[in-house]
Amino acid sequence: MRFLLLFSRQGKLRLQKWFVPTSEREKKKVIRDMIMLVLPRQPRTCNFLQWKDLKIVYKRYASLYFCAGLEEHDNELLALEVLHRYVELLDKYFGNVCELDIIFNFEKAYFILDEFLMGGEVLETSKFAVNVSMEQADTLQESFKVSYH
Amino acid sequence: MPAVSKGDGMRGLAVFISDIRNCKSKESEVKRINKELANIRSKFKGDKALDGYSKKKYVCKLLFIFLLGHDIDFGHMEAVNLLSSNKYTEKQIGYLFISVLVNSNSDLIRLINNAIKNDLASRNSTFMNLALHCIANVGSREMAEAFASEIPRILVAGDTMDSVKQSAALCLLRLNRTSPDLVPMGEWTARVVHLLNDQHLGVVTAATSLITTLAQKSPDDFKTSVSLAVARLSRIVTSASIDLQDYTYYFVAAPWLSVKLLRLLQCYPPPEDTSLRSRLTECLETILNKAQEPPKSKKVQHSNAKNAVLFEAIALIIHHDSEPNLLVRACNQLGQFLQHRETNLRYLALESMCTLASSEFSHEAVKTHIETVINALKTERDVSVRQRAVDLLYAMCDRSNSKQIVAEMLSYLETADYSIREEIVLKVAILAEKYAVDYTWYVDTILNLIRIAGDYVSEEVWYRVIQIVINRDDVQGYAAKTVFEALQAPACHENLVKVGGYILGEFGNLIAGDPRSSPLVQFNLLHSKFHLCSVPTRALLLSAYIKFINLFPEVKGTIQDVLRSDSQLRNADVELQQRAVEYLRLSCIASTDILATVLEEMPPFPERESSILAKLKKKKGSSKLPDMDDSRKNVNGSTEHAEDAEVASKVPSHTFTDDLSVNSAPSSGASLLVDVFSDFSSAAPTEGSDEHFPRFVCKNNGIIYENQLLQIGLKSEYRQNLGRMYVFYGNKTSTQFLSFSTSVSSNDVLDSQLNVQEKPVDPLIEAGAQVQQILNIECVSDFSDAPILNIQFRYGGTLQNIAVKLPVMLNKFFQPTEMTSQDFFQRWKQLGAPQQEVQKIFKAKNQMDTDVSKAKLLGFGVALLDGVDPNPANFVGAGIIHTKTTQVGCLLRLEPNTQAQMYRLTLRTSKESVSQRLVELLSEQF
Repeated sequence: MRFLLLFSRQGKLRLQKWFVPTSEREKKKVIRDMIMLVLPRQPRTCNFLQWKDLKIVYKRYASLYFCAGLEEHDNELLALEVLHRYVELLDKYFGNVCELDIIFNFEKAYFILDEFLMGGEVLETSKFAVNVSMEQADTLQESFKVSYH
Repeated sequence: MPAVSKGDGMRGLAVFISDIRNCKSKESEVKRINKELANIRSKFKGDKALDGYSKKKYVCKLLFIFLLGHDIDFGHMEAVNLLSSNKYTEKQIGYLFISVLVNSNSDLIRLINNAIKNDLASRNSTFMNLALHCIANVGSREMAEAFASEIPRILVAGDTMDSVKQSAALCLLRLNRTSPDLVPMGEWTARVVHLLNDQHLGVVTAATSLITTLAQKSPDDFKTSVSLAVARLSRIVTSASIDLQDYTYYFVAAPWLSVKLLRLLQCYPPPEDTSLRSRLTECLETILNKAQEPPKSKKVQHSNAKNAVLFEAIALIIHHDSEPNLLVRACNQLGQFLQHRETNLRYLALESMCTLASSEFSHEAVKTHIETVINALKTERDVSVRQRAVDLLYAMCDRSNSKQIVAEMLSYLETADYSIREEIVLKVAILAEKYAVDYTWYVDTILNLIRIAGDYVSEEVWYRVIQIVINRDDVQGYAAKTVFEALQAPACHENLVKVGGYILGEFGNLIAGDPRSSPLVQFNLLHSKFHLCSVPTRALLLSAYIKFINLFPEVKGTIQDVLRSDSQLRNADVELQQRAVEYLRLSCIASTDILATVLEEMPPFPERESSILAKLKKKKGSSKLPDMDDSRKNVNGSTEHAEDAEVASKVPSHTFTDDLSVNSAPSSGASLLVDVFSDFSSAAPTEGSDEHFPRFVCKNNGIIYENQLLQIGLKSEYRQNLGRMYVFYGNKTSTQFLSFSTSVSSNDVLDSQLNVQEKPVDPLIEAGAQVQQILNIECVSDFSDAPILNIQFRYGGTLQNIAVKLPVMLNKFFQPTEMTSQDFFQRWKQLGAPQQEVQKIFKAKNQMDTDVSKAKLLGFGVALLDGVDPNPANFVGAGIIHTKTTQVGCLLRLEPNTQAQMYRLTLRTSKESVSQRLVELLSEQF
């Protein structure tokens, strides 16, 4: 996976994650193209698109579009489930997640994503393990002293 | 503002975000942000040291502002300070800021790397993970330099926690992607492979991703992973869905791991060990069987995960391309999906079938779905699905169905989305050319293309139709008649005017006998379009007019009047003006003979790869191009198109508008895609007369002889049994050559097999000058010797005699022949008599490089047939040798063995002497 974007129905970018080095200029272009490509698509059409040499996989959850750019050999269906698993993780952490949660707790959304994906590959597919690690993090921050060698 | 759900509340941050959201306009947003930036700046600069919490909050605000799309030029230092905080969330925010905002600012990088180093050494798994995430997120070269050797140690250390191992594996993968040279291979590689046996499925998943990436680079180092991957896969597919507990996803056992294992196996050929191989086959069969079972859940997640594994299994089956049974089952499964109610599955089925279509085992099976695919083209609501249908039709096209497919694509083009029109045009043009048995059909198809989608017909397409018409005299009359008719339409596309102008200028005489298309009618028709056209087209039309003057003296007056008019002679465009002036002058002063010579019909173009194909390859990105020539993946999973396409696109294409006015040979001689011998072309002067000879077997141009006095260069063109050779004699000295004369001699046998007729050559060559001589060659029957060119001249009082063996070989009279694998094998069997086959096994003299070999075989003159030989490393070619008395069909197979550095070359032709000679010629080339 090369990138993951979350944007709203109004075309506002909510989260961006780049798994390969990308210049700011190129990022802006990709973001603009993705929003222009995905937003006008009719409901119940196919979730996959070809864009340049990338396979684009997107899915809409409520008011948010989740959109991933895949490389040639990545599996589209599974990428769709990567998006779904991410939504489930957000859901579990925030409790019925909505767009506002992601706006106001954007840093959490990034942290959860980091627990799940790394370098564009799935790091931990177990929902249980990801959540344990997020809970641990939340506990850690409350206990002030952390042992540190 | 919703209540912050968990963890720390940074109230100030929430208020700020809320303020921004309430801004009614962009200006007020910018104002609010500037206020906040000023506030943060003053806090950071203030005398009072900030506590960790405030620092975190401000850094987080800066991050938010940056993510909104504003520039941030401070705060990096504070973020770096947070890295060494011992509070988790402060550290975490610091790392997030660095990951998102870091640039290669040198001072900071050192500080950041230092903090990362400390965290990696901390033995606290949470901190180690944060550090590894940061390395992966930034992934710069500096980071790779600092940590690429450390991470493998963490990965294989016995006491590393599982979660850290997972991060370390993917972090290494990430660094390997951007800086592969910095990731050292070593004794750790063997231990990484053994992670495939790990108890923890999360570790296995991450390790499989890493191994797949590394194996693509150095497959040999990770060969042992194949058996482990098969074993692991087999355990997963045979497990009950609940066995894997948390790694079961909607009743599918470990779909991510399964897909990754199947992906890893695609880095390798099918296992040689039979028991391993049958175990893998069993796995693949189980996966195919499961597709037929009723779903365990109605949720789309269940079917997606299950089908993700199924599609990856099919991809592996196609990659192996060795089990006909599995391939046919895969094809049937995809056939079912073609009609599935889920759009996603229809899309993917079309996509996978494209690759399946290039396998010889399943090509026929794919073809049976043609009606469904055509139907998809007509009825799918989604353009991205229709696009896939076009791709598949293109991939499944062969001689048997080309007319139907081209017709369907043409009719779809009328309504096709603008975004994919150009690509369809290219595809139609390629198919029409490739499978044209009858070139009138080809001409009709291209003219239809221009009519339906003229704006999307690129230069390459109309250049190509002209090349083909010029090279085939059987279609010239038809082409002239057809363009003449098409031009009658009141509104026709400019591209049609271009093609029409060119073809009538060359071949208008072929239809001039009919009073309805008399010269004057033709001219008036073309000229009626003139004023509506752009400058380049007008320039082309002017050239067509001067050609008319030569073809039809009776319209000379009319055309001269047109050229003479102010709108031409004083045209503001310098190119048009120059053409008008020069053509007018030429037509006034030149005698009919001179006109006829200057404006002679264009000579045939050298055969070479269609420039359209090159364009399509370029357009699609090499790897997306389905089949056509060779989309088989090599073991590294990449395709070999990339270089190929690049080389092809470098071949200069003719600019007709320029070439039309002058009767020069149309090519500067790029008859090969790669000039494989280019480094020899300026060889040191030698006295030997035939040592350059072998270099000309696969190419037509170059230096054939050179000594201190004289250099002889050659340019040659061949068509069917005729050839023309341009010989250039260059005087390298500062003295004239006098009494320069040449003669061509052949021995008695050759004399009856090959006619060489020489045009006179200038008896005097000035110092430093070059003269040209033309030789016309006719092949009467097959031959094996070569004619000798004898040169005599006086240099400074002494008579010089030089004899050069002329590189006219039997293979020069090849016409390449495309055929399907079925046809090939049928003919191969027909030529099975022992005297028809000649085989030679020989040692490679040069480095064994696929692209160079390809270029040599193409230069040899045969068509390379892809997808015929089950082993993609082998080359299979076909062509026809044209002689005056007979035509000899030739089939060729070249099998490289890189390990032994040997080749086996097999030639089958209907004539023993031909097989013999071709093997002699070709085997010396590798």
